[in-house]
Amino acid sequence: MSGFPILSLLVFAPWAGALALAVLPGLGSRARTILTLAASLTTLALALPLLGSFERAGTGYQFVEQHAWISSLNVTYHLGLDGLSLLLVLLTGLLGPAGLLASQAAGRETRNFGILYLLLQGAALGVFLALDFFHWFIFWELSLIPAYFLIKCWGGPGAGRAAYQFVIYTMGGSAFLLLGFVAIFAATGTLDFVELARLGAGGVLAAKLSALGGFWPKAVFLGVFLGFAVKVPLYPFHTWLPGAYAEAPTGVSMFLTGVLSKMGVYGFLRILWPLFPGPLHDAALPLLWLALGGAVLGAFAAMRQTDLKRMIAYSSVNHLSYCLLALFAVSAATGRPGLPADAAAAALSGTLLQMFNHGLSAAALFYCVGVLEARSGGLRGLGDFGGVRTAAPVFAGLCGIAMFSSLGLPGLNGFVGEFLIFRGVWGLAPWAASVACLGLFATALFLMTFWQRVFHGPRAGAAAGAFADLRGIDIAVLGPLAALMLIFGVLPQILTGIFNPLITAWASHLSLP
Amino acid sequence: MSLLPWCIYLSLAGALLSLAAGRRSAGAARWIALATAAGSWGLTLLAAARFTPGPGMQTLVDIPWIPTMGVRYHLAADGISLTLVVLTGLVATSGVLFSWNIGERTGEFFGLFLALVAGVYGVFLSADVLLLFVFYEVAIVPKYFLIAIWGSTNREYAAMKLALYSFAGSAMVLAGLLWVYAAGGGHSFGFAELAQAAALLPRAQQIVIFGLVFFGFATLAGIFPLHTWAPTGHVAAPTAASMLLAGVVMKLGAYGCLRVALPLSPVGFAFWQTPIAWLALIGIVYAGLVALMREDLKFVIGYSSVSHMGFVLLGLAAADLRAVSGAVLQMFSHGVIAGLLFAVVGRMVYDRTHTRMLSDLRAMPLARLLPFAAVVFVIAGMASMGLPGFSGFPAELSILIGSWTVAPGWVAVAAVGVLVAAAFTLRAIRLSFFGSGEGAASQESGKASDHALQFPPITLAEKAGALLLVGATVLVGLKPDLLLDWINPALQSPLFHAVLKGGAP
Amino acid sequence: MNPDYAGLFLALRPEAALVAGALLALALDLSLFRRSRAGVRLGAALWVGALAVLAAGFCAALGARGPAFGGVLMFDTLAVAARIGVLVLTLLTLGAARAAPPGRQPAEYVAMMLFAATGLVLMAAAQQLLLIFLALELASLSLYVISGFDRRRPESAEAALKYFVFGGMASAFLLFGFSLLYGVTGSIDLPQIAAGIAGQGSNPLLLVALVMVLVAFGFKVAAAPFHLWAPDVYQGAPAPSAALVASASKLAGFTLFARLLWVGLGTIHASHEVPWFAPGWFPAVAIVAAASLLLGNFAALAQSSVRRLLAYSAIAHSGALLLGVMAAGRSGLGPLFYYAATYGLATVGAFGAIAAAESGGRCESIADLAGLHRRSPLLAGCLTVFILSLAGIPPLAGFFGKFVVFSAALQGGLSWPLGWLAMLAIALGALALYYYLKVLKQVLVAAPVPGAAPIVVPRATALSLLVAAALLVWFGLNPGQLLGLF
Repeated sequence: MSGFPILSLLVFAPWAGALALAVLPGLGSRARTILTLAASLTTLALALPLLGSFERAGTGYQFVEQHAWISSLNVTYHLGLDGLSLLLVLLTGLLGPAGLLASQAAGRETRNFGILYLLLQGAALGVFLALDFFHWFIFWELSLIPAYFLIKCWGGPGAGRAAYQFVIYTMGGSAFLLLGFVAIFAATGTLDFVELARLGAGGVLAAKLSALGGFWPKAVFLGVFLGFAVKVPLYPFHTWLPGAYAEAPTGVSMFLTGVLSKMGVYGFLRILWPLFPGPLHDAALPLLWLALGGAVLGAFAAMRQTDLKRMIAYSSVNHLSYCLLALFAVSAATGRPGLPADAAAAALSGTLLQMFNHGLSAAALFYCVGVLEARSGGLRGLGDFGGVRTAAPVFAGLCGIAMFSSLGLPGLNGFVGEFLIFRGVWGLAPWAASVACLGLFATALFLMTFWQRVFHGPRAGAAAGAFADLRGIDIAVLGPLAALMLIFGVLPQILTGIFNPLITAWASHLSLP
Repeated sequence: MSLLPWCIYLSLAGALLSLAAGRRSAGAARWIALATAAGSWGLTLLAAARFTPGPGMQTLVDIPWIPTMGVRYHLAADGISLTLVVLTGLVATSGVLFSWNIGERTGEFFGLFLALVAGVYGVFLSADVLLLFVFYEVAIVPKYFLIAIWGSTNREYAAMKLALYSFAGSAMVLAGLLWVYAAGGGHSFGFAELAQAAALLPRAQQIVIFGLVFFGFATLAGIFPLHTWAPTGHVAAPTAASMLLAGVVMKLGAYGCLRVALPLSPVGFAFWQTPIAWLALIGIVYAGLVALMREDLKFVIGYSSVSHMGFVLLGLAAADLRAVSGAVLQMFSHGVIAGLLFAVVGRMVYDRTHTRMLSDLRAMPLARLLPFAAVVFVIAGMASMGLPGFSGFPAELSILIGSWTVAPGWVAVAAVGVLVAAAFTLRAIRLSFFGSGEGAASQESGKASDHALQFPPITLAEKAGALLLVGATVLVGLKPDLLLDWINPALQSPLFHAVLKGGAP
Repeated sequence: MNPDYAGLFLALRPEAALVAGALLALALDLSLFRRSRAGVRLGAALWVGALAVLAAGFCAALGARGPAFGGVLMFDTLAVAARIGVLVLTLLTLGAARAAPPGRQPAEYVAMMLFAATGLVLMAAAQQLLLIFLALELASLSLYVISGFDRRRPESAEAALKYFVFGGMASAFLLFGFSLLYGVTGSIDLPQIAAGIAGQGSNPLLLVALVMVLVAFGFKVAAAPFHLWAPDVYQGAPAPSAALVASASKLAGFTLFARLLWVGLGTIHASHEVPWFAPGWFPAVAIVAAASLLLGNFAALAQSSVRRLLAYSAIAHSGALLLGVMAAGRSGLGPLFYYAATYGLATVGAFGAIAAAESGGRCESIADLAGLHRRSPLLAGCLTVFILSLAGIPPLAGFFGKFVVFSAALQGGLSWPLGWLAMLAIALGALALYYYLKVLKQVLVAAPVPGAAPIVVPRATALSLLVAAALLVWFGLNPGQLLGLF
């Protein structure tokens, strides 16, 4: 459909903001802050009308922009929006400004920080909206460089090494991803995701790749898989994450866990699964174990942390592994006679919801840890606080909401996603669901420990002295997040309405080519 | 298009004028050099604007030269030549800008520089193989003197090594060429005629001839294991010379492989294809690993050039239309990127800090002291890593896609090379500019230490040069069709039919 | 046979002009300039010499063509071109001599040079054994004398002595060989000799004669293993003498050699398709060529004296020129002439530059040339052109000389031993760049020794150097001009 290129505008608005910041060095500090925030808010400002005019019932891509670009590589400039992308765009729209405000609250935000942050936000949006590998990969890779500098230059003491590890891991995965797509293009002559999904579903892609012979078709699948597995991250490719999330400044951690990790899951859903339904099915069993490993071991590892930020980081591994668990369970069950379609639908709905909800809750949790760190002058250990509830009741309240949402308390948004995932996986692979419960158990344990040790009890540690409650800016960040957590907990259909037809279509067309 | 031979003549004239003017005033020599370089670049752009892509080479000049030997002064250009000629003009112009501060024997410097540029233009525009060879050798002597007189580390040894390797390579080429020429009766040095003559020789001879000609040219392209002259030479050379050497002169070798060697003997090529591909792959990975270890920043860049040229050679070895077109695009892309990298390291950093060792640079908060250089170096690093959005990505993508259809195993090894490239580039960026920038603390506390180290600010000339190069890599990265539309039709030429395979890109 | 002395005189006008010039120079010096300063005497002698050479050149260019005096002389294209070439080189040498005054007897020096030129010019056209020997001796004796002319330096005397001893021995060999040839064929005219020995390839007398002749000529052109005199002569003789020895003598020598081997002994050259050890002069010359190439290049690598370096490089070039001689059967004499002539230009220029450099201070080792670009940009520039031409860098004539000779040598492909020699030469040429660049490094890169004064180059020398350099560039850009003559 031709028309107003709203998707391009969405993607490039933050970059335009970054450019403005770069070429106008003479701006005063207040003007600069406002400009940066405004550029970040454009996403939400443009996404809401999109939400309004989004046709719920459609399962295809809407607001499509497609122009010829590089004829010799058969590449077109192709952007499109469906339920999945819209969800993630909304998430980015919310967490972008939130992370920025968090940095402003910490006083960290300078001109360079703003430029890099906006570049990062724009790149993330591009990943969610691009539908041709060429520019999708541009956005995918370009998100790494601002992230690297944001972590390294504004992070904690071990930031340099953590940032380097993060980038090298991800680039390693990307190198294999590139390899995979080289092979795909060589076999099919196209890099367009829509086209490739069609070929994948029809079995044409598999047929063309198998012409290579030997283990190469599997190698191609493995390459693409690795690219996304490192990003999510899937156990055991997660070792970069705790360092990177812990050393990054608060606002950046929020964006990393909230948005960047979703890029990986998005990749699985948008690219790996539609293109390689067969190989994914074949590998689903080992992958289920990996997802379980991430869920369970991630949670247990979080339990053993004393650094609160690392705790939340490991908990991210746990939560994201649930998303992949659901996907792998669906894939494992595909082709089995008598596949319960509603279980598959539940699992997939849960995955999408979990992505969104985890984004909100993890970002909020990181912010809370950031508040603790700021109030105590740099401490963020589990034993450094006590009785914060008495000292800062509002803070305790909002943090509690985030915590319980992460735990999956019914009534808050985190519950819906996890419930649907477990319901779906139970219907598809009951044994996996049982093992995953261990993760739930461990998550409950460490979050309750966090709650108990930090917020309850007598005022101790850093909370013993002056411990200011939330200021205006803190409330500006946490307030909306908490409110959304409550709203989506009670009315999840607001979200599910966006993507239900899409999920239903996916669930009812599960088949192996 | 008929303006293109004037690039050669203008450069030569500029060289002589610069030499003469340099006796009176260094400034005059600089401005003459800039006018010449920019002027000839302008001519190439003008020719490019009017260019209609097609499979054949469009003749620019064709007059008999040595009738008794069948040698003609025959200049012609097609899309490939045009791409490389535009590259030469760009790198030459920015090289002059980055050499603005050379104060000693300025006229001679620019005279030699422009003579080298003239030789390079000549190679890219020649359609007679002997003429190509003459221009190729003309370029060797200025290289020696540029390094030996104005260079830095170990310059006399490096200059001699570079000159001797280049000359040895060209001796191999001459041996192979004369053999074919004589076998053909000694009538002509045209590309097609030599190929016909070679086709009549027995297979064993064709294999030897191809080996001589290809490896002779590939020496200048830095093929492993004949590459050791390159890092030494590029490190020792002054900035503009490094830019030109790594950026353009190495491409002379690759161009010779493509234009002369490949069409000469498809039979010979079939024999050598796999060894060449493996040597290229070893070069990519090995040079990358060495770059990961080195302490001298310029050496890191030098080895990265060898690694990138490995991609070009891989593309040529694959002999697939898409891979070769990627190889030519990579020639352009790496030319620009190498120019950028050497410009930052040599001119922006070394001329100010007088050290290139990463251990020294690490201690200086360079990102704060030279922010423009830091940004340019990061951009250059991103481009060098093959990050999408810059010219290296479509080039490497094409090479990999084309190579995949020939041998998937090659692409797997090359992918490792891509990763190694990312690693050493990041290490270089991290240690050089952002070494002491660990953590937020340094962002605020840096003010006090600023007073200890004061560097002259980045000059307008440097900024202009950097912007030209950055603009080029971004432009080609986002719209590679600009160049691919020239290159792809040129590869359809009948000369390449026998040796290139693959579907139309 | 009716001796046509009038015709002979007309044919030999160039020689006559040269002799007249020599005698005139001597006469003027003994009479008019007896009491003048050395510089004036030298100048006058040089002027007379130059005029004589120019006159000779005109006569040679416009003079006889074809056989003369019953076939004793042959003015074919090669001969005329070589004669003019020798005269040009002599003229340039005279220009170089302005910068290197020979001490006490300038007019005698110039006269000897002119006599040497006479002999060389006659060599180029001789087609009869006696005349060959006569011309060779005239040239050689004159060259011995001028090699020893510098009485201030013992090296000069040593050079002359070595040259004389080796040369005398070579002449003896030559005469012996010639007498054997006469004995076998009964004739001293080259074409008749060729007819007489056709088919007698395995005659042992003939083989002995062949070897003797080869030895003699090997000495003459400084080919290994008969090269032992060359480094000492090039080093010891005064620079202009060395210039003449290295350039004009080579050109005339190779011309004569080619004529002797192809016209005189062409019928036993050993067929191209026949393997190595067929009877004939081919294999022997091939071995000599290979030895010269190898020895010349490898020995030059180790030299630290400029002149000795040029000497060993001369040996290497002789090897390459022998390739040209061998290839002349298939490709004609054009390549050989072109290479020899342009090599001569480069050498005379190089020695001329050295002569000028020596006038400004010590110039023994390569390091003494340090900073020449500052001391005399003219010398540095010209020397660069000469050295690069010797190295074979396009677009100078030296490159094309090598190119045409190697192309000619590869005509038969690698089934012919000559092809392999060409490959060897190409490979060694790459090696050679090292020692040439060593010289240029000092000239253009190194800084001058503190206290080194600028060098003033006399106008005549400067003119000679510039003309030589210009000719090298010109013939490099237009090789067809010389090649097209053949």
